[in-house]
Amino acid sequence: MPQSDASQPLLRARGVRKIFPGTIALDGVDFSLQAGEVHALLGENGAGKSTLIKCLTGAYRRDDGDILLEGASIDPKGTLDAQAYGIGTVYQEVNLLPNLSVAENLSLGHQPTRFGMISGRRMNADAREVLAQYGLDIDVTRNLDSYSVAVQQVIAIARAVTLSGKVLILDEPTASLDSHEVKMLFDVVRSLKQRGLGIVFISHFLDQIFEISDRLTVLRNGQLVGTEVTAEIDRVKLINMMLGRELEQEVRSHGKHHAAAGEPRLSFTGFGRKGSIEPFDLSIHAGEVVGVAGLLGSGRTETAEVLFGVAQHDSGEARQDGTVLSLTNSRQAISAGFGFCPEDRKTDGVIADLTVRENIALALQAGIGWMRRIPDREQKAMANDYIRKLDIRTPDAEKPVGLLSGGNQQKVMLARWLVTNPSFLILDEPTRGIDVGAHAEIIRLIEELCAQGMSLLVISSELDELVAYSHRVIVVRDRQHVAELAGYEITTDNMVRAIAAPEREAVH
Amino acid sequence: MTGLKLFSRRILPQLVTLAVVVGLISIMFPGFFEISIANGRLYGSPIDILNRGAPVALLAIGMTLVIATGGIDLSVGAVMAICGAMAAWGITEGYGLGLTLLMALAAGLACGLWNGLLVAVLGIQPIVATLILMVAGRGIAQLITEGAILTFNHEGLIFFGSGSLFTIPTPIIIAIVTGALVTLIVRRSALGMLIEAIGINLRASTLAGVNTRVLLIAVYMASGLCAALAGVIAAADIRGADANNAGLWLELDAILAVVIGGTSLLGGRFSLIASLIGALIIQAVNTGILLSGFPPEFNLIIKAGIILIILVLQSPTIRTMVIFLSPAPVSQADTEKQAVNQ
Ligand SMILES: Nc1ncnc2c1ncn2[C@@H]1O[C@H](COP(=O)(O)OP(=O)(O)OP(=O)(O)O)[C@@H](O)[C@H]1O
Ligand SMILES: [Mg+2]
Repeated sequence: MPQSDASQPLLRARGVRKIFPGTIALDGVDFSLQAGEVHALLGENGAGKSTLIKCLTGAYRRDDGDILLEGASIDPKGTLDAQAYGIGTVYQEVNLLPNLSVAENLSLGHQPTRFGMISGRRMNADAREVLAQYGLDIDVTRNLDSYSVAVQQVIAIARAVTLSGKVLILDEPTASLDSHEVKMLFDVVRSLKQRGLGIVFISHFLDQIFEISDRLTVLRNGQLVGTEVTAEIDRVKLINMMLGRELEQEVRSHGKHHAAAGEPRLSFTGFGRKGSIEPFDLSIHAGEVVGVAGLLGSGRTETAEVLFGVAQHDSGEARQDGTVLSLTNSRQAISAGFGFCPEDRKTDGVIADLTVRENIALALQAGIGWMRRIPDREQKAMANDYIRKLDIRTPDAEKPVGLLSGGNQQKVMLARWLVTNPSFLILDEPTRGIDVGAHAEIIRLIEELCAQGMSLLVISSELDELVAYSHRVIVVRDRQHVAELAGYEITTDNMVRAIAAPEREAVH
Repeated sequence: MTGLKLFSRRILPQLVTLAVVVGLISIMFPGFFEISIANGRLYGSPIDILNRGAPVALLAIGMTLVIATGGIDLSVGAVMAICGAMAAWGITEGYGLGLTLLMALAAGLACGLWNGLLVAVLGIQPIVATLILMVAGRGIAQLITEGAILTFNHEGLIFFGSGSLFTIPTPIIIAIVTGALVTLIVRRSALGMLIEAIGINLRASTLAGVNTRVLLIAVYMASGLCAALAGVIAAADIRGADANNAGLWLELDAILAVVIGGTSLLGGRFSLIASLIGALIIQAVNTGILLSGFPPEFNLIIKAGIILIILVLQSPTIRTMVIFLSPAPVSQADTEKQAVNQ
């Protein structure tokens, strides 16, 4: 609950400024966090949210401004230093050590010791106990990178929670979590709040903001728009604060009806891979959007990966316009006109040190072959075209993509595949980390693309989103395609039911 | 910013370092810059630096490409020995110059292919994969020379070590032409960007359809080819193949040249020109020490010291400290690249 104005804020930032070449990321921003409150930080992609928290923890050196913890001026020099002050942080891009075990990652820096030696048994037991709070029952001795982004995200959160004595900062912690895990996280957040911690929460999911936050602060283009009590503001006003304009958004309650005429463009029969996804049948027509719904780890991403040849299928066959298609690696898939925008943009997507232009041109160039280089002029034109179309916030096309904000990196990934003009595009969580304005834009884009005859397979945890653009939805559970919904059957309720209820094998 | 401006900013630290090293030498030896022509060939210390530096410069070209992909090639010194032995053997067996050169270069390519297959197909870590040939290579070279130092007197082959074209020593010409050719190929085509992409994020590049396997094999083969050229030059220079000493430790000089050239050992962005300047810096240091007349046992220590200074001066941490200590408030964009990768 917001406390009386008289009480001293737990953490306070005054006039924080941060300038990057070509961008004023923060322009004199004030921010204050009370003890025992969840304070949401909102704004478009590139508004400066992540930069603000990095300045707070000292991960970036601010160019100006003060930071006060319980009234005393502090100047943390980095994440570790901030932890010493009791400020735990989960950055937007998971920041753990992929080749250490889960337990080691959780306890790094404060391992339990026995006679001066690290006690592995206790470390593992502790780790299991901590993760149990999040409903995660995994082998903590395995390397972190053997788990999905979502699991890694939960581990990062768990680590930050154990480290934060006063303040917990979460930068888009829920971007890759499903509703079940979000609920677990919120339970933990509420109990921390009860204990008097201050929690900063960044998210683009407005429902989550309204559910968990007490107050919220909105940034736009590096400037403070305002701080409000969440209970006193509505969705429309909030979006207005974020975008500086109204957002016209049509709300649909069921999927689109699509008379799938003629032969399918692509058909997969008995397609599968042992240990990752059970054989499934799938056919897709030109101009059709097939959604894929399911919990994390249910086989959604695995479906995409066998289709694109990332993981080779070991059963079934694929046909394109009736002729058999060999799909044993991604290059074959790409030359068949496939595109795949993966879920984990940090490890599978962006080439951080290459420029926005090069990242956008990469897949197209790889397809053409190294000998025929796309002329710089064309690359630039292409990049600028998509910077405009997708509203990618960057000073120019020559900025290394790793320096863009998370959401803007995601847009670059989309652009990379759109320039290849694929006939079949697979999107795994395309709107992950994307702001409300751009979200609507991307949904519009998906509709436009399929109107032009592109076929899409879109995996998403956001059921509303699937309803908005899918002609059909496949529900995946336990590495099996368990149901298929079409047209008017596509409602969030039906999907939730199919995802959850084992006894209802199909909703027809 | 224009491409040219970016480019000059990229190689500025290396140019400055080279200028400082050469400047220091010329202060100590006022006659340093004297160049003369005798027997239709240029002579003088600067020419000597270029000439002696040519093998390492050649190795550095291939090494740059390998390092850009995030790999490393420890075998180049041994490959030099193999190819030098091949050349000496071919010429003494009477295969003729053309065929002999072809065999030597083919041997280099084969070595590169071996390394590339280990790295790209079997997925062995580059440092381990190339260590195998580094160790075994000299043995192979000895097999070719049958344990002896194989000497030859073929004028055509000797030309590659001590001959000259238009007064310029042949090794310099070979190094410059190779450097220019590789730069042209890599930057005019999309190879450069694709190699950098692989070095920065192999998995993402593969998913974007980059043929990472073939490209990885290709860079190791390029490195093998460069080592073959260097090996032929080294053998021609001493008119014989010395399986034990040809190219000994030169892989380390080549790696150092790339590092001084500012290409990260983690892979990614590279500059061939900067690596070539790096090779020149190393040779200038070598020549400077020789000229100074210190007892040879000090050479390695002095060299290590000088290189340490160069690397410290180029280290990003030091650069930040300089910015930090300078009075004007400057943003630290450089250093924060690490932070952003979090
Ligand atoms: N290290 C950096 N170097 C240069 N520019 C940067 C750097 N980090 C961030 N920026 C720029 O600062 C601006 C703010 O980025 P920030 O990451 O704070 O956005 P954000 O609000 O977190 O967006 P998102 O919702 O997409 O995560 C962006 O324009 C970004 O390009
Ligand atoms: Mg962010």
